[in-house]
Amino acid sequence: MADIVLDHVTKRYADGQLAVDDASLSIADGEFVILVGPSGCGKSTTLNMIAGLEDISSGELRIGGAVVNDLAPKDRDIAMVFQSYALYPHMSVRRNMGFALELAKRPKSEINQKVEEAARVLDLTEHLDRRPAQLSGGQRQRVAMGRAIVRSPKAFLMDEPLSNLDAKLRVQMRTEVSRLQNRLGTTTVYVTHDQTEAMTLGDRVAVLRSGRIQQVGTPTELYGRPATVFVAGFIGSPAMNFVPATVEEGELRTPLGTISPDDRQRRLLEGWSGGAAGRRELIVGARPEHFEDAALESVTGRPGLRFTVPVDVLERLGSDSYAYFTLDGGRASIADLDELAHDAGTVDLASGAEQIVARLDAASRIREGENAELWLDTTQLHLFDPDTGHNLACKTDHCDGTAGDGLNTSGEG
Amino acid sequence: MSAGAKAPLSAGARAQRRLGWALCAPAVVVILAVTGYPIGYAVYLSLQRYDLRFPGDSKFIGLANYGTALTSSLWWQALAVTAIITVISVAIQFVLGMALALVMHRALIGRGLVRTVILIPYGIVTVVAAFGWRYAWTPDTGYLSGLFGDATPLTSQVWGIAVIILAEVWKTTPFMALLLLAGLALVPEELLRAAKVDGATAWQRLTRIMLPLMKPAILVAVLFRVLDSFRIFDSIYVLTAGAYDTRSVSILGYDNLFTALNLGVGSSLSVLIFLVVALVAFIFVKGFGAAAPGGEDR
Amino acid sequence: MATIATTPDAPGGSSGAGAGGRTIRARGPQRDRNAMLGWTAANLLIIAVSLVPLLWLVSLSFKAPASITDGHFIPRHWTLENYRGIFRESLFTRALLNSLGIALISTVLAVILGSMAAYAIARLDFPGKRVLIGLTLLIAMFPQVSLVSPLFNLWRQIGIFDTWIGLIIPYLTFSLPLAIYTLSAFFREIPWDLEKAAQVDGATPAQAFLRVIAPLAAPGMVTTAILVFIFCWNDFLFSISLTSTESSRTVPAAIAFFTGASQFAQPIGSIAAAAVVITIPIIIFVLLFQRRIVAGLTSGAVKG
Repeated sequence: MADIVLDHVTKRYADGQLAVDDASLSIADGEFVILVGPSGCGKSTTLNMIAGLEDISSGELRIGGAVVNDLAPKDRDIAMVFQSYALYPHMSVRRNMGFALELAKRPKSEINQKVEEAARVLDLTEHLDRRPAQLSGGQRQRVAMGRAIVRSPKAFLMDEPLSNLDAKLRVQMRTEVSRLQNRLGTTTVYVTHDQTEAMTLGDRVAVLRSGRIQQVGTPTELYGRPATVFVAGFIGSPAMNFVPATVEEGELRTPLGTISPDDRQRRLLEGWSGGAAGRRELIVGARPEHFEDAALESVTGRPGLRFTVPVDVLERLGSDSYAYFTLDGGRASIADLDELAHDAGTVDLASGAEQIVARLDAASRIREGENAELWLDTTQLHLFDPDTGHNLACKTDHCDGTAGDGLNTSGEG
Repeated sequence: MSAGAKAPLSAGARAQRRLGWALCAPAVVVILAVTGYPIGYAVYLSLQRYDLRFPGDSKFIGLANYGTALTSSLWWQALAVTAIITVISVAIQFVLGMALALVMHRALIGRGLVRTVILIPYGIVTVVAAFGWRYAWTPDTGYLSGLFGDATPLTSQVWGIAVIILAEVWKTTPFMALLLLAGLALVPEELLRAAKVDGATAWQRLTRIMLPLMKPAILVAVLFRVLDSFRIFDSIYVLTAGAYDTRSVSILGYDNLFTALNLGVGSSLSVLIFLVVALVAFIFVKGFGAAAPGGEDR
Repeated sequence: MATIATTPDAPGGSSGAGAGGRTIRARGPQRDRNAMLGWTAANLLIIAVSLVPLLWLVSLSFKAPASITDGHFIPRHWTLENYRGIFRESLFTRALLNSLGIALISTVLAVILGSMAAYAIARLDFPGKRVLIGLTLLIAMFPQVSLVSPLFNLWRQIGIFDTWIGLIIPYLTFSLPLAIYTLSAFFREIPWDLEKAAQVDGATPAQAFLRVIAPLAAPGMVTTAILVFIFCWNDFLFSISLTSTESSRTVPAAIAFFTGASQFAQPIGSIAAAAVVITIPIIIFVLLFQRRIVAGLTSGAVKG
């Protein structure tokens, strides 16, 4: 077991493409860290560099204190779980799980004992003598996990290990992975594109975009204090809503209505130089759960913004309802959001109007196709610089230490 | 973001290069030893007067051998015969091959049997197959000889070429059919169902959906067959030995070497044949956009 | 609803949906039977056309010399004399040995060299890879007759004219493109993750190749071997051009020399018997490895 440190690690391919740009991240011994981001963000490349399957162009990678940049994968003592599981089709489950020990020339009895113990933990005992092709998807996934744990390596590297499972099994295996990692206490780096998986599994989560680490933090930190528009939009489901705003006479003019900032927000706006061009325009982010049906007792009398909109679609989920409506007055436009839309596949759907989703209490009597008065908890709003995409809160009062780390390293570039 | 922009190759990438070259080297050496050098040598020989009957009399004569070849009616006739054989046999192979592929793709019964049986013509030694056809048409001996009365097909140019084409079609249609079958497998069944729902007839489904989607596979198959047919030698050697004006360019080149023993003219023929083949391949790849198989590995 | 259910040009459009359904159901088995008959007829036709020329040679090979010109498809008098005859002649037995030896050696070498190059092409990144692919493609289309004159001359100069090695080298050259295409298609199908997994599991590149990749590529190698063997077995042009005696002449060339032996009384029976003998290994391959051969023939061509 060991800690893993990425020290200004960069990966540039022969064709000049920059896959990972100056990533610094330090993973403590026994920690479970998630690398998350849309496809092409460099998360798998980062993992492959830790494994030694791809070269590091510049920077330093340390495992357990030793620089391993030039070590072959076999000399790094790490185990990996692949998205495709990569089980050897011509070997039985037993030999698949024991292959690494066999290559390391361990005695037969020891291999057998370790394989059988891992099989017991993963409930694979009765399948040990089968071939991978005879197993179900979930069983294959467990064999891949078993192959990793048999070795008691310094670290586990997992590359989207659950993404080939169907939704129900994925949720089940998620808790399984979590339990296993707790029990073994082995340092784990886990790559996924699924933000739910990232939020539920990790001690800490690193959000990547276009080869750069955007923010590193606990799931709560990422959700509550996103450092950039990208992180804000990527973490959380349904995603945060973004609307453009202008600052006039100390108030925020938005398509939702005019918002009077509270003390915290006023301080942020005062400390903000006003963007590169000196414009007083910014992007306001509001999470769906910070809206409510204005008619409900729970919000009557509470300060906030009240506005009336026609509800296009209302989804009743039982526990709560999602109300969708569109706003005139332009969209918040920034590269981060374009990329998020691209990742979600909604890039073509984006019209001139901004679609907003609000999560309402199930008791709401609002009906689809009618006008409804909604309430927004304006104290919970996030304010972003439209030029850099940075959260204003992260510039003035250091929204959290880890986010600062992530930003600083990228800022040096 | 420190330097790194023009980072030198990492150790891993260098090792990969070295391994790649090392693994390919033996194959490249063998290929070049037998083609690169000889074709260069052929170009050299083609510029010499070099007759094996008078080996002492060799000397550099420039393009004179090409002049001899290109002004000879034999070359143009052989080229015409080869072109006719190639075009007609590939056209027939394509139609029959497509039908065969459809049978293998759609047949309710006996698919495996058909696939096995059609491999037999593919596998049979060309010379053997040619003997089979020769004795089939030999007067008195063959079961086909009475088919057209007293005609003796292998003693006239038109009938000789017809039998050569028959032998060629029989031998290589299976290959064409298998390539087309693989192309058919790339046509999604759902598209055909969608076309059916849209009201397309079976013929329209074939011409409007299947063939366009199979275009890459078709071009590769046709290119392969055209270039292979162009080299036709074995069947003609056995069936007519090039008599009755049924010589292909390959037969002509061979005769010039082993009958006329004229290495100079023979070599100029070799170069000319090579150039024609290269031209045909170029037209296919550039003109029709035939993808080179294995060429698009990314 | 009714207008949707009935197509405008349906015959007897007045009948309801139920009636239409019944007629279709009633016609079902009849249609199936017709389709079955149609497919059977098509299959029989294909099988007949594929086999008749071969069966004709078989028939000739069992005919006594006197009855060879009787034109009957099925021999009236069966005899093994033709087979006994060719196996008494060293012209044939020696050629058979040459054919087998040359084809087998060429096949083994082509699979080994081809595997190395194909693995590099499928898995490694190195400058010159595209040139190599282009080169192999060029060779696959090369007019072999263009090489006959220079090789004939060259082989005599370096002393390998009329030897096994003199045939093995050109066979290797022309079967390598085939071997490289087929094998690289197979290598490409082996998931790259397996190799990475082996590396992470602690295997050296050699161990990864020998213990993970090679076992998985074995079917591809068998397929390639069969295709290459058929190619070498089939060659005629090089064999008649680059040999002059029994010492290295292969069967296809030797058969052609059967005819030369006597201008007037052609040894049809002997040729037919020899033809049947050299066709047998191919038939065995085809019967045993039908799937593999089809996969191999089509893999290189369609993947692209």
